[in-house]
Amino acid sequence: MCENFPTYIAEEFQEPLTEDEAALLSADDLTKLGKSRRDFLGKATLVAVAAQLLLHDQAFALKFMSDAPVTNNAVSELALTVKMTINGAEKSVVIEPNVTLLDALRERLQMFGTKKGCDHGQCGACTVIIDGRRVLSCLTLAIQAEGQSITTIEGLAKGTQLHPMQEAFITHDGFQCGYCTPGQICSAVALLDEAKRGEISYVSTNISKKPATSLSDDEIRERMSGNLCRCGAYPHIVEAIKEVLGGKAEVKS
Amino acid sequence: MSGLLGKPTKRIDGRAKVTGAATYAAEFPVKNAAHGYIVTSTIAKGKILAIDAKTAEKANGVLKVFTHENAPKLAFTDPKDKDNIGMDGKPFRPLQTNEIVFNLQPIALVVAETFEQARFAASLVKVNYQPETASTDFDKARITAVPARAKVEKPRGNPTEAFQNAPVKIEAEYEIPIEHHNPMEMHGAIAVWENGELTLFDKTQWVNNVKGHLASVFGIDPKKVKVISPFVGGAFGASLRPNYYPLLTALAARELNRPVKLNYTRRQMFTGHGYRPHTWQKVKISAEKNGKLTAIIHEAIGNTSTYENYTEDPASVSKSLYACPNVETIYKLAKLDLPTPLYMRAPGAVTGMFALECALDELAFELKIDPLELRLINYAEKDPDNGKPFSSKELRECYKQAAAKFGWAKRNPIPRSMRDGSFLVGWGMASGTWGAYQDPSLAKVILNVDGTVLIQAAASDMGPGTYTTIALIAADTLGLPLEKVKFELGNSEFPATPVHGGSMTTASVGTAVQNTAKTILKKLTAMADAPFKNAAEKDLVFENGKISLKSNPSLVVSLTDILRKNNLTKIEETGQGAPDKIRDNYSIASHGAQFVEVKVDEDFGTVKVSRVVEMTASGRIMNPLAAHSQEIGGAVWGIGMALMEATLIDHRYGRMMNNNLAGYHIPVNADIHDIHTGFVEENDTIVNALGIKGMGELGMVGVPAAIANAVFHATGKRIRKLPITPDKLI
Amino acid sequence: MNEFKYIRAADRSEAVSQVSNNAQAKFLGGGTNLIDLIKENVEKPSVLVDVSRLQLKSIRKTNGGGVSIGATAKNSETANHPLIRENYPLLSQAILSGASQQIRNMATNGGNLLQRTRCFYFYDTAMRCNKREPGSGCDALEGLNNYSAVLGWNEKCVATHPSDMCVALSALDAVVKVVNKDGKERSIQFADFHRLPENIPEKDNNLNEGELITSIEIPKSNFAKNSYYLKVRDRTSYAFALVSVAAALEMNGQTIKQARIALGGVAHKPWRAFEAEKILANAKAGDAIFTKAAEAALKDAKALEHNAYKIELAKRAIVRALKKAVDGGIA
Repeated sequence: MCENFPTYIAEEFQEPLTEDEAALLSADDLTKLGKSRRDFLGKATLVAVAAQLLLHDQAFALKFMSDAPVTNNAVSELALTVKMTINGAEKSVVIEPNVTLLDALRERLQMFGTKKGCDHGQCGACTVIIDGRRVLSCLTLAIQAEGQSITTIEGLAKGTQLHPMQEAFITHDGFQCGYCTPGQICSAVALLDEAKRGEISYVSTNISKKPATSLSDDEIRERMSGNLCRCGAYPHIVEAIKEVLGGKAEVKS
Repeated sequence: MSGLLGKPTKRIDGRAKVTGAATYAAEFPVKNAAHGYIVTSTIAKGKILAIDAKTAEKANGVLKVFTHENAPKLAFTDPKDKDNIGMDGKPFRPLQTNEIVFNLQPIALVVAETFEQARFAASLVKVNYQPETASTDFDKARITAVPARAKVEKPRGNPTEAFQNAPVKIEAEYEIPIEHHNPMEMHGAIAVWENGELTLFDKTQWVNNVKGHLASVFGIDPKKVKVISPFVGGAFGASLRPNYYPLLTALAARELNRPVKLNYTRRQMFTGHGYRPHTWQKVKISAEKNGKLTAIIHEAIGNTSTYENYTEDPASVSKSLYACPNVETIYKLAKLDLPTPLYMRAPGAVTGMFALECALDELAFELKIDPLELRLINYAEKDPDNGKPFSSKELRECYKQAAAKFGWAKRNPIPRSMRDGSFLVGWGMASGTWGAYQDPSLAKVILNVDGTVLIQAAASDMGPGTYTTIALIAADTLGLPLEKVKFELGNSEFPATPVHGGSMTTASVGTAVQNTAKTILKKLTAMADAPFKNAAEKDLVFENGKISLKSNPSLVVSLTDILRKNNLTKIEETGQGAPDKIRDNYSIASHGAQFVEVKVDEDFGTVKVSRVVEMTASGRIMNPLAAHSQEIGGAVWGIGMALMEATLIDHRYGRMMNNNLAGYHIPVNADIHDIHTGFVEENDTIVNALGIKGMGELGMVGVPAAIANAVFHATGKRIRKLPITPDKLI
Repeated sequence: MNEFKYIRAADRSEAVSQVSNNAQAKFLGGGTNLIDLIKENVEKPSVLVDVSRLQLKSIRKTNGGGVSIGATAKNSETANHPLIRENYPLLSQAILSGASQQIRNMATNGGNLLQRTRCFYFYDTAMRCNKREPGSGCDALEGLNNYSAVLGWNEKCVATHPSDMCVALSALDAVVKVVNKDGKERSIQFADFHRLPENIPEKDNNLNEGELITSIEIPKSNFAKNSYYLKVRDRTSYAFALVSVAAALEMNGQTIKQARIALGGVAHKPWRAFEAEKILANAKAGDAIFTKAAEAALKDAKALEHNAYKIELAKRAIVRALKKAVDGGIA
């Protein structure tokens, strides 16, 4: 069943298999490649693949890599030197004013842990913590953060010991593709402090009084709603945060 | 076997993902990379009369502005220029002509020293168009639709007559708007040319496909193209094809003789790959008074572009789900001046099932039969489409367990009869189904003398947990602890694998890894001393890195000792896995049952999905921890599709207008409440030796219908046009 | 995003003079809206004058018994301040219904007042928009106007004001304090702060060129016990209002001494329903009078092609918010 996906890929579009590949597949398999229209996306399987049997590891990619922050060799007269503390270390970048903190982290400081999910303040993937408060680095100019103390996902673990929130996200499988995860975790870590301070949310009741610092599931959901997750890991994210809020998170050494 | 399969296992790439160390495509710190920024069209159809990039080229830091006037014409050594997800027609290739075929089409690429410079300069490119009237209004184009299938299919039985003569019948139309994948990572790539060889760091569900595509468009030997994609920040189908940016990135890098990095903006994500097409469906369904189905006539019309025919055949779900003697499915396409659609999570199935399962709910109401009971009355014991037995089908058990967990028996069938305070409560259900696909795949397994194992396969992991599952399969087969196994993927230099889509990666790559690991064990056994080398495989036990005899467990030899004795530092093997021919004798599919509770605030028309219970039968579950995540994710997708997702087009301009994550709503954390997922495991050795069916799509298939059915039960209003937003319910 | 010069103002007079002397200069607060608009090329300032570090952050009692909230205090800090939570829970609730915690942590109070519409056509420079490009036309009028205004619009502009905070401030009769380049201060009643489109839809408010918001004063009131901010949207959180209602009541037993109703998501400005308030004053609380008030509030509403639902939705939201307020609101 589910003959939903006819594809119209003619045989001649398929590049021939290498001899090595052909040898690996029995005659039956090769026939199957030609007629397996019943399968999702048809027979387009071992196509356009060559040199499969070369031994490689990913190290070859490393030859292109730069280990130092990229310098901007086209700095204009508008450029400024911006000093900030990032994950406890003093950092200095020379940038134009129109560079966001997100792009400064990623493209100038080579800190790619902070993610760009929309670049317009609509997804939360770029969440970092500045002076104890979670903010969006995509809507923060780097120059606005001058002199401030920034914590990114790279700064949460102490050496090899993960932050309890990081550990809880792994334990509860609070992610799939992982792209929103740094933002989710930074957001969740800041949420812990907000709860400690007795801060309220839109779903809080009796807001003129000091609320309990323990949070209901609905409170956690509302407070985490600034971080989109397209994989839909929300229930597991809530579980992870509950565990850490409840002080039950395992911290592995 | 070390009993690893089926136990909840934390992701082995988890640490990389929670520390920010996982490197996605545009994050490889390539030296001296210039930055690209795409300029898009502001008309949907017509021609570019003139494009003025002079001001842009003079802007600070700009290296070059590529347009159709100065971009090199591509080689296209494949005369029909198809990528392997290609369709009937001619794919869109950027900067090759002055023709505009959709709004927000790329018309220039600015490359500058920095991202900011490229972005600014992009705003300085001026264009003169000769616009033509564009057609993007599906409602108008629908009447021009033409048959989508190459051959007209004969109906089963005589559905027209059976429908006419039936005592109880439903005829209803259902509509689904264009929806977008919107993965969190925006598509991007970095291209590096070195001595005529191209390396592309890309976000893709199929490195092999991008490699073949780039070799063809540049007219170079595929051996000179490498595509690397170790992490994919969500895709859901959006990265099945190469899309247009890998080509643009590589083209600019080649012309400038310098690495180039390019990302779509979120707005560009709306036309930079495909989308779930706008679909109109009509279902005619009839039954005897006892609920026995007599006819289903399911017609679907979806949109495609003007230049390719995208097909996903939503109506075909009606052929096999229920035992019905008379069935006809019709599928047509309407061309619009939009980009070509593309497979989006559960393509076709979720669309078709929305219509079929809502229609069945309408029929149940008409018959005064419980919706679950109606499904059981028409349960297909064998595939009604071809008469073949199912290799396994635990759908009945899914219904049973899900209904029990949900408390379905307490449902009052009368709409508007259940309340929670001021909220109307509705209970609805639906079934889900998806194939259980497997394609041929290769894999390399290396066992080192230090006892570690390296697995390599081109493969991808866009989130389902491929890294962990494949490592589990290798460790389990070799009888080694998981910690010893490393799996490298997302590299076109590694042995080829099928596309990471259709929920078939674990079955396809897993089978190849299992076969190859077994070959390694066989070879090692042959290298071992007697009595091992003479023993039959069935008499041996592979456990804890050792081989022992079943008949005499005290006789043991370690795998690494065999290597040492033979003066080997490692043993490596590249092998294959392919679908077994026995599959052809069976109908092979996965199934599920979804039960949903909604709470509707009738004053405002707001719907809260307060509970979802989803039971899934998809063969054997390799890693329940990640498997639950996938099914939960599917339910969340179903909620988004049912309640909020729609791409809005201004047809005067043929332009998508809510092209961002504030305008295109996907569920937030606060939208998601209690979701219970569970598995009815099937011990299916026909589907493949590992018993894997796959589940990434399945989890969402029935959910939109179940929600719409629950909304009807809550409110008495049947909403047949998604999404069910406040304006439709108020 | 264009290139611009960045100046961090040392004090408010420097800030005001920098912006007053340059038509291409803009104040920068939290940046949550302005930076986005610059990325979209909707705004193209040549100079950004950062006022976010100016000492305009205090939240304190005024001599009149009200509360003054500083223009550069953050939205989240304001919502959580004990003075606001105790005296104006309506304002806390309204602020917290908007955006996300991250954005509320960045956004300043002054900046919130200056948010611009999220109308699709304003944001997309390929489209015609009188607000963005005066005289170019309004593509929303006959386009995707699902989210557009139903009150106070004209054929030049159908945009809505996106703020939640401002809806509560409107209901609370706040006063906006501003200073100009001569150091002269003036007060603007909240109802007069934002504008309807009329003939100059490009102008969102009645600030003069170069004027800087320094604080917002909320007068003393007795609404704390009976107020409610209700927001209806397409998803549960992190979305702009389809319709929102700030309802504040001063009760004497079951009798309404005084009522305030302001609507969000329905007009070019936060919309005060003065007539509805009059109907409620001195009336006994109950569904019938609430419905009457709601009808009065939407009496002049006119729907566009795709937003008629908002009129009915707004009426129902008014009734519900009033009920919630009578029931003790959220204080």
